[in-house]
Amino acid sequence: MRVTFLYWEGCPSHEEALARLRRVLEEEGVEASVEVVRVDTEEDARRWKFVGSPTILVEGEDVAPAPGAAYRLTCRAYVLEDGRISPLPSVDQIRAAVRRARAARETPNR
Amino acid sequence: MANLKVGDPAIPFRLPGVDGREHALEDYQDREAVVVIFSCNHCPYVRAWEDRMVAIQRDYAPRGVQFLVISSNDPAQYPEDSFDRMKERAREKGYNFPYLFDETQEVARAYGAQRTPEVFVFDRQRRLRYHGAIDDNYEDARGVRRHYLREALDAVLEGKEPQTSETPPVGCTIKWRREPASRASS
Repeated sequence: MRVTFLYWEGCPSHEEALARLRRVLEEEGVEASVEVVRVDTEEDARRWKFVGSPTILVEGEDVAPAPGAAYRLTCRAYVLEDGRISPLPSVDQIRAAVRRARAARETPNR
Repeated sequence: MANLKVGDPAIPFRLPGVDGREHALEDYQDREAVVVIFSCNHCPYVRAWEDRMVAIQRDYAPRGVQFLVISSNDPAQYPEDSFDRMKERAREKGYNFPYLFDETQEVARAYGAQRTPEVFVFDRQRRLRYHGAIDDNYEDARGVRRHYLREALDAVLEGKEPQTSETPPVGCTIKWRREPASRASS
């Protein structure tokens, strides 16, 4: 599975987010090498379509899609399942994205 | 690192608030403690903590504690941190403290603030007694083990030194202007 982790040093919790991602992948039994990308400039942000740190892409899909969000260096606000705002995606949000990607791979193309 | 060390006096300021009034530190001379918090609208760490900010102000107001919450972010880069949006946020979240706009960023620079939220607790003599984070869990209020700000206020109100006087502020960086601006500029 192709997994990309994008972060900006200006937000303090990226290490925790990356550890959370790796833990979910392990729990789900997914073999994936996580590509870790440090986004340093506004130009980088535009190139990576980076809407905030951290951003996790599983098979190219954002674990919490943010349509219309600007590409820029900022800390990202995740809306959790219970409506709370968090700087990190929840374990369940990451897990759901991994399961969606796995299901998509296992479904034959029509 | 902040410019203020524990024991240093508060740095005076006067800033416009979302309530249409100017607020100065000296306006609150009668309070037992003053808490200056550098904050903003857009930062997810602030948004994760802001209900706790409101709750702590509510709980400690009867004991003479006054919060003064300041946004110093550059709205040119982060439009959601504009003064108008600050007014909206204060209304939506029921802020029970002055929410002030440090347009020139002079107050943030004077305090040496770097993050949002970043807390400075001053005692009756307006000496710094605590600097850092609100508590040790931005994600989950129910999971907090150390209530740094509440612990500091309890100590200060009893005339004691807080057990913990300094923690690393956790949050977004303050968004500095690319070009220094005068107070008169928009």
